Amino acid sequence: MSAPLALRLAWRDLTGGGWGGGLRGLGVFLACLILGVAVIATVGSLSRSFVGGLDRDGAKLLGGDLDLQLTHRPADEEQLAFLADLIVNRSDIVEMRSMVRPLDPEARRSLIELKAVDGAYPLVGQLKTEPADPLAGLLAQRDGAWGAVVDRNLPARLNVRMGDRVRVGEAEFQIRAVIAQEPDRVASVVSFGPRFMISAEALPATGLVQPGSQIRYHHRVLLPKGQNAADVTALLESRFPQAGWRLRAANEAAPGVRRFVERLTLFLNFVGLTVLLVGGIGITNAVASYLDGRAATIATLKCLGAPGRLIFAVYLIQVLILAALGVVIGLALGALLPWAAAEALGPLLPVAPEPGLYLAPLVSAGLFGLLAAVTFALWPLARAREVQPADLFRDKVSPARRRPRAAYLVLIGLGVAALAALTVATAADRWFAGWFVAGAIATLGLLRGAGWAVEAAARRIGRPRDASLRLVVANLARPGSVVASVVTSLGLGLAVLVTVALIDANMTRQVAERLPERAPAFFFLDIQPDQVAAFRDAVASVPGTANLQQVPSLRGRITHIDGRPVETVDVAPDSQWAVRGDRALTYAADKPAASEIVAGDWWPAGYAGPPLISLDAGLARGFKVGLGDTLTLNVLGRPVTATIASLREIDWRSLRFDFAIIFAPGTLDGAPHTHIAAVEAPEAAEDAIERRIADTFHNVSAIRVREALEAASRIMAGVGWAVRGIAAVTIVAGALVLAGTIAAGHRRRVYEAVVFKVLGARPARILKGYFIEYGVLGLVTAAIGSAVGTLAAWAIVVHLMRMDWAFDAGATALTALGCLAVTIAVGLAGTWRALGQQAMGHLRNQ
Amino acid sequence: MAASPHDAPGVPGTGAPLVDITGLHLTLESEAGKVNILRGIDLAIAQGETVGVVGPSGSGKTSMLMVVAGLQRATGGRLAVGGRDLAALDEDGLARFRRDTLGIVFQDFHLIPTMTALENVAVALEFAGRGDAFDRAADQLKAVGLGHRLDHYPGQLSGGEQQRVALARAFAGEPRLLLADEPTGNLDEATSGQITDLLFQLHAERGTTLLLVTHQMSLAERCGRVLTIRDGLIAGDRAAAGRAVTA
Repeated sequence: MSAPLALRLAWRDLTGGGWGGGLRGLGVFLACLILGVAVIATVGSLSRSFVGGLDRDGAKLLGGDLDLQLTHRPADEEQLAFLADLIVNRSDIVEMRSMVRPLDPEARRSLIELKAVDGAYPLVGQLKTEPADPLAGLLAQRDGAWGAVVDRNLPARLNVRMGDRVRVGEAEFQIRAVIAQEPDRVASVVSFGPRFMISAEALPATGLVQPGSQIRYHHRVLLPKGQNAADVTALLESRFPQAGWRLRAANEAAPGVRRFVERLTLFLNFVGLTVLLVGGIGITNAVASYLDGRAATIATLKCLGAPGRLIFAVYLIQVLILAALGVVIGLALGALLPWAAAEALGPLLPVAPEPGLYLAPLVSAGLFGLLAAVTFALWPLARAREVQPADLFRDKVSPARRRPRAAYLVLIGLGVAALAALTVATAADRWFAGWFVAGAIATLGLLRGAGWAVEAAARRIGRPRDASLRLVVANLARPGSVVASVVTSLGLGLAVLVTVALIDANMTRQVAERLPERAPAFFFLDIQPDQVAAFRDAVASVPGTANLQQVPSLRGRITHIDGRPVETVDVAPDSQWAVRGDRALTYAADKPAASEIVAGDWWPAGYAGPPLISLDAGLARGFKVGLGDTLTLNVLGRPVTATIASLREIDWRSLRFDFAIIFAPGTLDGAPHTHIAAVEAPEAAEDAIERRIADTFHNVSAIRVREALEAASRIMAGVGWAVRGIAAVTIVAGALVLAGTIAAGHRRRVYEAVVFKVLGARPARILKGYFIEYGVLGLVTAAIGSAVGTLAAWAIVVHLMRMDWAFDAGATALTALGCLAVTIAVGLAGTWRALGQQAMGHLRNQ
Repeated sequence: MAASPHDAPGVPGTGAPLVDITGLHLTLESEAGKVNILRGIDLAIAQGETVGVVGPSGSGKTSMLMVVAGLQRATGGRLAVGGRDLAALDEDGLARFRRDTLGIVFQDFHLIPTMTALENVAVALEFAGRGDAFDRAADQLKAVGLGHRLDHYPGQLSGGEQQRVALARAFAGEPRLLLADEPTGNLDEATSGQITDLLFQLHAERGTTLLLVTHQMSLAERCGRVLTIRDGLIAGDRAAAGRAVTA
């Protein structure tokens, strides 16, 4: 057998009698493939265009070619002198949280993100203000007040107007402009207050720069042309190994946004792959239906001497031709949609995407599409070669129904393995991808098994007396019933939606319902040691406050894990947050009441030996360290190596005061530090507390927990609906599969309808039968899909997210009802045409 | 039961028969149990013979044809066509056997609907790897009077024309044995006569051995030899009425 012969036959058969004739029945194949490939290609291209935007705007977002960030203190003279020889320009910026107080004692106070900038700011990009006066003039001291430019929403929040004066710390500022665009500010999910930008010269007047205060010092630099940021970073690290600074180049400008884009890409890719999986069932059904229609041709070719493998090759080539067509259309959509998205969403996003033709995601999407098309088509292709040519001597050639030969089953297994390997290989997080693959296989298996169980049950329950019901049961139970494939495809789409809805509901519940009952009303930052007693009295004097907790706090950076530089340690993904930047540290003589020691012992009272720490047990797992191992931290430029004496299990969601790292007394006590505090209070007392603290302790920042949680809830709700909207594409794919199975059974339905009409049934009665059938199918699918989705959500919430689980019947029911509605609507729309058919023509043809 | 096939009239006295069947059994499994379709067929057909097979519905005529075509494996006995033992051939071997040795004409024509008349005839020649497949196919169609219909699809042809295409396809590879199953069963009387004439004309021109299953005794009588099958056994084997027994 020659390949050209197979190719010729495939092409001839596909195009013979006009394209429409050859391709009839394969529309669902194309639609499923185009949808899956387009989603994956769009997600990949969009992700690349966002990363491209981040790369393009890196220097602008960072504020220079390189950013040296220190906490608590700026770089020293020696470091700055060394730096001066390597750079062409430098800008120094100081950032911290603080409180702003209008002069009106009754007006509301507000937490702000204070930013003090020097004359060189911004080194890259442009700060746009309204009015658009030069920044130096806007921030200068005039008439006894320094100038400030602020976020647009701050004046309204404080009930002040442009030109009014406000106080920050001990200094008075006049609000002179609002910020229209701040080049180096990347929107963050967690923002505690509006921007308040002042001159670096004004900062000392505030009195906020105190020992141990949580102040971030940034030294941003421009490098000479051709100078590599990585080389300068390496030089600085080798010259000042104990500096304790965080060095970031322009390609790490917005790590949070980059991580968010990566996470979103990961999730959306899984949605795309699920669409492809659901579509895969549609592909199997469409190819099976197409080849059933070709059974006589296949039998004839076999009679004429075509070997089985030629038959397989001919139809595999057809599948490949169609798959290539579907993949090309899907890729074209995937390449074009990001341009439209960039155009539509660009102005709304912190970083304008850089649309372009990104080959890697397109190649990856194309491979997924081809592999899925071939893998899902293999079963019907392998069965088609088993068509019995002897049937040609009988009235009707039956499509082959027997199981494919072992070699083809192995081939299908290889296809599934290749899809799984490609999923894992192309995912940013292979661990998650592995879970996804395992979950997808388990879910498909569960749904398929459930579908078969329903068919078997329908076969066993016997025939009802009512004719319509009898037809329903017969259709569900007959050989070649659509139940298994509809339950699997639509059920998978529903399972994804229910999973997303339940995870969302659980997360929202954690934030919006459970936490506020026990959470503090305020967190207070930067309480100086000599203010502690007065602070406690001030808080206690406000009626309603309770359970005030206050602990020492300073920040340090983990540099070594058990003697190895942190960059060389394989830190688990869920522990990487702890090594990304500075961590809050504390010291304590007594074990915090809420903590539970799970390994080792708390240090004895009066301990005065070498440095010891008590570590979060979760981090210990993530760092792969245990009792007796060490962590080295850079605290205020000094390396401190401490031995792990105990491990504590911490429930971070409780919002109670706790620290991943607690030092034994004796190590940090002498370092400059401040205290942080938390207090519980009813909502009605919040304004009084804020006013009391802000007016008395000008350097102390008060964070309203309720506002922060409400802001987080709003963002999560928005993200939740967006995610659900995207996940709904899987239902679209499921509906396509349903439409395909209905189209494939159209001839049978027309015949049924015609026979019923001839026997005197009114159209309403026939329609009722279809309604019940699709209602039962939808209910069964909704029940099974919801059950599988609930199981998946439970596994993810409890085992991956390690959160408490609660079933949300409302979210599940709403999603399941949607699925039921889709099933009935698509089913009835597909069969409506059957009712309008004239009886005569069909009876003649039978 | 017929006499020994080797003593049957019309069998050439020299050389091995083209079709040599001994004790052929075909038993199929069904939901109702085992069904004995063929229960011991003995038959020899010489090269160039024309054999008409008649018998009531369900007697095993078509089943015997399928077994001879290698489309259904016998469950017992021996079957050789052109000296090749069909039981020894695997699926691909049987496909090659059909490609090289057989032509088949069906009651329902079984043309491939997505191929033109020319392509339908050429496809079998293409399987045989013949480089002149399309030229030869065109010649065959001209020979059956369809030179003006080469690019027509089956749906654009009448029943008679479709059966002509089927005949052209069956004869195109110059098979040694042509199997025909009710070749005129779906045609009106006039067309049926034309097709029958064409079938025997092609046989006469090319010397192809013909095994023809039919319900029409008049058609069977145009063959040199008539077999009657009843209950899976050969119940009669005679020379056609008014015909010489030699091929």
